Amino acid sequence: MSFSVTEPTIRTKWFAGTAVILYAVITILPLMWIVATGFKSPADSIAYPPKVVFEPTLEGYVNLFTTRTRLAEGDMAALPPAETWYEKIVRDQGQIISGPSRYGERFLNSVIIGFGSTVLCMVLGTAAAYAFSRFRVPLKDDLLFFILSTRMMPPIAVAIPIFLMFRQLGLNDTHLGMILLYTAVNLSLSVWLLKGFIDEIPVEYEEAALIDGYTRFQAFYKVVLPQAATGIASTAIFCLIFAWNEYAFAVLLTSGTAQTAPPFIPTIIGVGGKDWPAVAAGATIFLVPVMVFTILLRKHLLRGITFGAVRK
Amino acid sequence: MVYTPIEKLAQATPQPMAQKVRGLSDRAIAWIFVAPSIFLLLAVNIFPLIWTIRLSFTNFKVNRANRDIEFIGLRNYERILTDSDIWMTMQATAHFLIWTIVLQVLIGFALAYLINMKFKGNDLWTTIIVLPMMLSPAVVGNFWTFLYQPQIGLFNYVVTFFTGGDPSSFSMIGDVHLAPWAIVIADTWMWTPFVMLICLAGLRSIPDSIYEAAECDRASKWRQFWTITVPMVLPFLMLAVLFRGIENFKMFDLVVQLTGGGPGNTTTLTSIDLKREAFEKWRTGYSSAYAVILFVTVFGLASIYVKALNKVKER
Repeated sequence: MSFSVTEPTIRTKWFAGTAVILYAVITILPLMWIVATGFKSPADSIAYPPKVVFEPTLEGYVNLFTTRTRLAEGDMAALPPAETWYEKIVRDQGQIISGPSRYGERFLNSVIIGFGSTVLCMVLGTAAAYAFSRFRVPLKDDLLFFILSTRMMPPIAVAIPIFLMFRQLGLNDTHLGMILLYTAVNLSLSVWLLKGFIDEIPVEYEEAALIDGYTRFQAFYKVVLPQAATGIASTAIFCLIFAWNEYAFAVLLTSGTAQTAPPFIPTIIGVGGKDWPAVAAGATIFLVPVMVFTILLRKHLLRGITFGAVRK
Repeated sequence: MVYTPIEKLAQATPQPMAQKVRGLSDRAIAWIFVAPSIFLLLAVNIFPLIWTIRLSFTNFKVNRANRDIEFIGLRNYERILTDSDIWMTMQATAHFLIWTIVLQVLIGFALAYLINMKFKGNDLWTTIIVLPMMLSPAVVGNFWTFLYQPQIGLFNYVVTFFTGGDPSSFSMIGDVHLAPWAIVIADTWMWTPFVMLICLAGLRSIPDSIYEAAECDRASKWRQFWTITVPMVLPFLMLAVLFRGIENFKMFDLVVQLTGGGPGNTTTLTSIDLKREAFEKWRTGYSSAYAVILFVTVFGLASIYVKALNKVKER
């Protein structure tokens, strides 16, 4: 049996493990509560004491995707029987479906803007990072610092002139406007991270390629890009998550057509008071993809999260 | 051999022209690669900033765009710096900033230290702890209002389960004294993992050989902790504090969804106040000056802090 002085004893490990697991359980509790509330009936969701065991229902999800109107009992009875399962759920609440809700659109907007800005950001960011990494760019340090310092501004502070500028250019409440905005916000961090990844690729590879008759540009996309693929992918996920979660700009600059899900979800209300199961259902659909992503890609995310402070 | 379109083009053209296409000089490529990024950042970050500074000297109001814009010099700044309400929001921000940083550093470091014991399955548990910080603060903050409900909320129930008492006897977001803590708790829940991850990186960067040497010198574990672990992690910890400090000074989404700045003005952080001035009262000139003051404050504090950080690193 090997013995190392730096290796903690079994007892210490046991204590450490218990403490961390305890914290993890407490920290995950609110998230589990969101998921659970999504499957509760409105009555169960506001029960006292809070219900851990309950009869699951899809009411929250149906309410999330529909708008409904309440009917008098007599009118209710006069209706033909419900055709689909979701109609039945709504009828049981004494309501009928009057149309789809806006949640689907808002979710789609989040997808379009999130992926659009991520792709654009990666194209611009990789190119800039490569140039910063390999060439002598005049004022390189100043430019890099300038790029990073753009993150120090409170979003609300820049939102005033951006609001004016977008209004002037007709970009207010458009997908394009939000894509450009999120790209710019993410670009600073992406360049910073990507430069780190590209710095780690030995210059000799490209030099060899250049000697073999590749042009600089070919060397970039045939040699450097494949090597940097992991780094680019993890930076992209990071950008995607930021654009996905962003709220301040979204709430100020979008209202109708281009509104994303984060400003929309808190505004979901039911008939008579806040419909918490519907809010929780909306939050679940919105949050769970990120949770799954995080768990699957944990190894690659760490560097993005810590702004490049962590290198393998 | 397969030729790319560029190569074909290069071969088909006469020599000087071919040289131009094939070998765009490095300098040219550097500019082509950097220019779009710089342009976008200028357009969306720097240009608005300059515009803000210009507006801050005027009495412009967006909702009355046809009115003549008057330059009123430093009057906006004067008004802000002498406004007692703004000092209230600064106090609320300071309370939020200081307590979130203290709690997150203590808990984050402790967690990182424990995780670094490399117990079985630490990888998975780390990932679970990290989850909150990956989620949308606005959506999660909105849901925290539900957890904080007196009577039906999970938070009140769990607290009174351990302390006894009536879960409806206190309201975390309705009470003037508790609301500032409600936002501190939610933010700590969300962002402790960030500090933890950076600390973990710091702890993992310490080579085992240092501890082995200390063990040979019969330094106690306690001594090793204070003379090796803490000083070696300190630069990382300070970096984490810098990032959290900047982020929380800008804090908007989580708190605006959680308390909306209330009750009264007890949780009106500067960003929330700024949003009210700019997008509810539409005092564009005034709020621009406000924004400039905030930016200068963050930038100034961050620069001083970075100097201190570099000193610690040099040691």
